[in-house]
Amino acid sequence: MSLLKKISQWLDDRTGYTDNIRPLIKHLAPPRAKWTYVFGSASLFCLIVQIVTGVGLSLLYQPSSSLAFESLNFITNQATFGRVLRGIHFYGASGMILMVGIHMVRVYIFAAYKYPREMSWVSGVLLLFLTIAMGFTGQLLRWDSNGVWSSVVAAEQMGRMPFIGKYVARLLLGGDTIGGHTLSRFYSYHVFLFPAMIFGFVGLHLYLVFRNGISEPPKAGRQVDPKTYRAWYKNMLSEKGVPFWPDAAWRDTLFGAFIVLAIFALAVIVGPPSLNTPPDPAYIHTTPAPDWYMIPFFSLFALMPPAIESWVIFLAPPLIIIFMLILPFVSNKGERSPIKRPWAVFGVICVAIFMTCLLVIGYKAPWSPVFDAKALPLTAIHGDQQDSVIQKGTHLFYIRGCEYCHQINGYGGFKGPNLTYIGNRLDIPLIKIRIVNGGPDMPSFGGTLSKQDIDALAVFLSAQK
Amino acid sequence: MKDEIKKTEESRRNFIMKLSLGVGGIAAFAVSIPVIGALLAPLLGKEEVDWVTVGAANDFKPGTVTLVTFQNPDPKAFAGVTANTASWLRKDLNNNFIAFAVNCSHLGCPVRWEATANLFMCPCHGGVYYHDGTVASGPPPRALSQYRVRINKGYVQIQTGPIPITNLRASRTR
Repeated sequence: MSLLKKISQWLDDRTGYTDNIRPLIKHLAPPRAKWTYVFGSASLFCLIVQIVTGVGLSLLYQPSSSLAFESLNFITNQATFGRVLRGIHFYGASGMILMVGIHMVRVYIFAAYKYPREMSWVSGVLLLFLTIAMGFTGQLLRWDSNGVWSSVVAAEQMGRMPFIGKYVARLLLGGDTIGGHTLSRFYSYHVFLFPAMIFGFVGLHLYLVFRNGISEPPKAGRQVDPKTYRAWYKNMLSEKGVPFWPDAAWRDTLFGAFIVLAIFALAVIVGPPSLNTPPDPAYIHTTPAPDWYMIPFFSLFALMPPAIESWVIFLAPPLIIIFMLILPFVSNKGERSPIKRPWAVFGVICVAIFMTCLLVIGYKAPWSPVFDAKALPLTAIHGDQQDSVIQKGTHLFYIRGCEYCHQINGYGGFKGPNLTYIGNRLDIPLIKIRIVNGGPDMPSFGGTLSKQDIDALAVFLSAQK
Repeated sequence: MKDEIKKTEESRRNFIMKLSLGVGGIAAFAVSIPVIGALLAPLLGKEEVDWVTVGAANDFKPGTVTLVTFQNPDPKAFAGVTANTASWLRKDLNNNFIAFAVNCSHLGCPVRWEATANLFMCPCHGGVYYHDGTVASGPPPRALSQYRVRINKGYVQIQTGPIPITNLRASRTR
C-alpha cells in the first residue's frame, strides 16, 4: 500500500469522512428540482462573499465615531483594491437581499414550508430579518452624514413604541444624542452579534435540509398528508432520487458563481456608493436617504396618513413577523402547487407591485421640496412678459418658495399641483384665498406676504392658461 | 439492601446533576452581568444637560433665523465631530430668542430654514414648518422641538438636551 493511500485511510478513519460527511454530499435529492431551486444556495454564496470581504474591510476600517469617515476615505481612495473591496461588500449585500427575497418567494409559491419543513421556514424567516438588519446596520457603518441621519431616523422610529420607545431609541444611539458610542454599537451589532445569530440559524437551516430532504417540485393534485408524506418521500427518493453532488448541485454552483461574478463586475465597473459629507450632526444641508432595499419603507413614511403612522411603525413589524412565523402551522398540509393556490400567487404579485411602486416613487420623492429648483424665467411663462406686475409675480413665485412644491412649465417641484394652466381653473380672488389661507397640505402665506406681493402673484398665476 | 444502595446511588446522581447545572448557571450568570451592563450602559447614566454659549445677543439681527452649533455636554474623547449639535436660533422683532431643534418632528431628519420663503423645510418626507415652528404641511405630527434659551451677560446660551424623540402620545396631538 502506498504511503499516500495509508495517510488518506488514516484521515478517513479519524475524521469519519466516508461514514458521516460523504453521505451528506451524496444525499439523494428529488429529480426535476432545477433552476428554481438555486436561490437558497445563491444566498449562501452571497453570505460567504460578505463574510470574506467583511473580514477584509475590518482590516482597514476604524470603528470609531470620529475616525470611521477618514478610514472609509482611505479604503476608497488609497488602500490597494480598497475601492473594489468596498464595492463587493456593497453589491454583495444587495445580492444577498435579492437572493434571500427570491428564495423566500419561491418557497412560498411552491408551498415548500408545509409538513415536514415548518422549521426550515421558521429559521428562514428569522434569517430574512437578520439579513435586513445586517443591511441596515451596514449602511450606517458607511459613517458619512447619511449614516448619522439614518441612525437618527431609526431612533425616531423606535421612539414611537409605547412606554419604552424613548429608552429603546437611547439604547440604539448609545446615548441621548449622536456621539462617541453610536458607531461602536452599530459596529458591534453588524460584526459580532448579528453574524453570530446568522451562523447559528444558517447551521440549523442547512441541517434541516438533510433531516427533511429537499422539497420535491409540486404537482397539481398531489396533496401533502402528514400521515403518509415521509414514507412517500423516502420511497420516491429511492426510486427516482439523484445524488445532490453533482447531479443537483452543479446548477447551484454555476448560478452562485455567476452571481458572485456579477457582484465583482459591478464593484469594478460601477464601484461603491460615494461618500457623502463628514458625520457632523451640526452639518444639516444633507438629504438622508437609505439604500435601495430600504427605499420602499422610506416612501411609505411619506405617503401614510399621519394619523395611523405611529401605529404602523410599531405594530406592523411584529405583526408581519408573527404572521410569517405562524404560516406553516395554519397551513401545513394539502395542495402545494401554485396552480391550485391562486390566492398565494395573487398575494405575491400584489406585494411585489406594492414594493416596486414604493421603490420607484421613492427615487422620485415627489413629496420633498425641490431645494435646488431653478428660477422661473420669463420665457417659460404665459401671459404678457412685458407686464411689470406679471414680472414681479414671476420673481416672487421663485423667491417666496412656491417653486419648492409647484411646477410651471417644467420649473419647480412636484409636491403641490402643477400650476402651468392654473388660470383655467381659478380666478384672481380664488387664487388669493388659496395663497392667504393655504390648504390641508400647503402653508398659508397670509402672515408673511405683503398685500402687493399677493396681488402680483395672483395676477401672474391667473395669466397662466 | 441492594435496592437501598441503588436508591442512594440514584439520589446522589440526581443531586450531582442538579449541582452541576446550578453551578454552571451561576457561572454563566456571573460573566454575563458586565456584558448586560455594557449593553444597557446608555440607560444607566443620567441625562446630561448644560448651558452653552452660542454668541453675543447683539450679533443676531431681529427677525432672522440663524444656524448655531455647539458641543453636547461631556463629549467622549473619541466622539470627534459627532459631539456637535446644531440649532436654529430665531430672534424675533421684540428681541426674544427661540432655539429650535434641527430635527424634524416626523422622523428626525435635519430641517432647513429657507429665509425668503419664511419656512423650515425637511428634505426627507416634505415636512414644512412656519417661522414659529408650528406645522405648515406634510407628515410632521407636532411642532419643532425647542431648547431652552437664556441671555447671560449679553450672551445667548442654549440648554443642551437629548435629540427630541416624538413618542406615540406626542404623535397624536396634532
